[in-house]
Amino acid sequence: MENRNGALAWTKFIALLVCLVLFIFPFAMLLVNSFKENKAITSSPLSLPESFSFANYTNAFGKMSYVSAFSNSVVITVVSVVVISFLAAMTAHYFVRNQTKLNQYTFFLMVAAMIIPFQAIMIPLVKIYGSIGFLNSKWALIYMYAGFGSPLAVFIYHGFVKSIPAELEEAALIDGCTRTQTFFRIVFPVLAPTTVTIAILNVLWIWNDFLLPSLVLISPDERTLPLSTFYFFGTYTVDYGPLMAGLMLTILPVLIVYLFAQKYIIQGVMQGSIK
Amino acid sequence: MITEKGLWNRLRLRLLFTGPTLFAFLAVMIIPFLYGIYLTFTNWDGISTSSSLVGFENYVSVFKDTVFWQSFLLTLKYVFISVALINIVAFLLAYVLTSGLKGQSIFRAGFFIPNLVGGIVLGFVWQFIFSNVFVYVGKELSIPLFSDSWLADPDKAFWSMIIVTVWQYAGYMMVIYVAGLMNVPKDILEAASIDGASLWTKMRKMILPLMVPSFIVCIFLSLQRCFMVYDLNLSLTKGGPFKSTEMVSMHVYEKAFLSRDYGVGQAEAFVLFLLVATITIAQVYFSKKLEVEA
Repeated sequence: MENRNGALAWTKFIALLVCLVLFIFPFAMLLVNSFKENKAITSSPLSLPESFSFANYTNAFGKMSYVSAFSNSVVITVVSVVVISFLAAMTAHYFVRNQTKLNQYTFFLMVAAMIIPFQAIMIPLVKIYGSIGFLNSKWALIYMYAGFGSPLAVFIYHGFVKSIPAELEEAALIDGCTRTQTFFRIVFPVLAPTTVTIAILNVLWIWNDFLLPSLVLISPDERTLPLSTFYFFGTYTVDYGPLMAGLMLTILPVLIVYLFAQKYIIQGVMQGSIK
Repeated sequence: MITEKGLWNRLRLRLLFTGPTLFAFLAVMIIPFLYGIYLTFTNWDGISTSSSLVGFENYVSVFKDTVFWQSFLLTLKYVFISVALINIVAFLLAYVLTSGLKGQSIFRAGFFIPNLVGGIVLGFVWQFIFSNVFVYVGKELSIPLFSDSWLADPDKAFWSMIIVTVWQYAGYMMVIYVAGLMNVPKDILEAASIDGASLWTKMRKMILPLMVPSFIVCIFLSLQRCFMVYDLNLSLTKGGPFKSTEMVSMHVYEKAFLSRDYGVGQAEAFVLFLLVATITIAQVYFSKKLEVEA
């Protein structure tokens, strides 16, 4: 019995390992080829590079305006996520503690709106904000992320605020806190684990989003990382070396964060799906 | 709950706590959505400041637009195959990765990696794999299946879309299935084992019924994401060869922003929304009936 289980476990393990290698294979190819010259890439994509040269990287770094694209992405993602978390937590808290008909209907409207796909909104969105000249800036994009991101965030917070005892807040109020202070000093800190979940879900979405920024950000110096990767690829279609390096440069920051925050990211996705 | 005194104070509190969120939500989602419905009855071309009402003309055009329905059928086929494969692969991975194997958390983390990267980048990576690496391997080992780029053949380009989609989302859904499987009570499974239930019986009679909530979430998410696929479509195949892999989302985009046929484009987007909403709500509604308590 012991032996059979051992053999079974090993078969499973090896099967999984093969699967994982297949899963990682595209990234491995990318890494290997990013150090090679164009000719070597097309003639033998599987071979290891003959020498490690970072020429492709420096080339891609400049042509993608990496620094500008990277910092745009960071600013947009960080500010949007902070704004979404704060606003959604406040709204969800207000809805839970003031269960009037109006609040319940508004909450229901937000939950129902989650089913609307972005493609059903993009044309009028561009028309409305284009006509008032509110496109082509980071801040417009952040404002839109706040709108698109709030339903899910309010929904998730709503479920967790309900589990906080109201007595906790009443005690703070009696001790002389205002409502706003109570929220920021008592409620928001208690919600920290939920905030981590919401932040992770939103970072994964906003950092990688393409369609919305491609419609809102027009001038090249406002481009985010996915946008600049896209235009870079479109302009240098056959220049494989720099393209591979460019893709690596786009993937690398997320991989580094993932290396350290892996546990939280997986947990965040789990938590986000249960509610 | 202690209530605030005074109408003004209550109003101020409401505005502070719900005002910004609701403003952004209404101005970014609800108003454009409603305005979009209005747009479907106009003939706006994207440039002129005026446009006139044309009644149901745009909807008639939608029904006459055979390319739209072709790409809708193609999307349906793509969604059906992808959703099925994503969930089968994800469930199997999750099942094996909750059986107490060594290093299972490393495996979970590994399978999740494609979800960290956006569709645009993934599409470009696979474009290289399909049109260079596979072709190279096919020629070296003379495997006819791989000796020409998959992306140059309409059928194979469609299947490359599916392969990449399954590869991309399987890890994400796996994580959700893992969470579900960890909540299946161990004691009832043990009791069943002692009573002599086989693995297959336990799977069919206990695990699958208890996992219905996870299936609902995963199928809902994969349905929505696959129906609306755009990034991957754009970077992997660009809808080609010869528009043979143009999914409906890309068609709507081109209709509106490239052909400048905003009224028809928006009408198509709205029809698409109605169809997708019906399918996803029906899916959730009917599978809720399969839910059981442990």
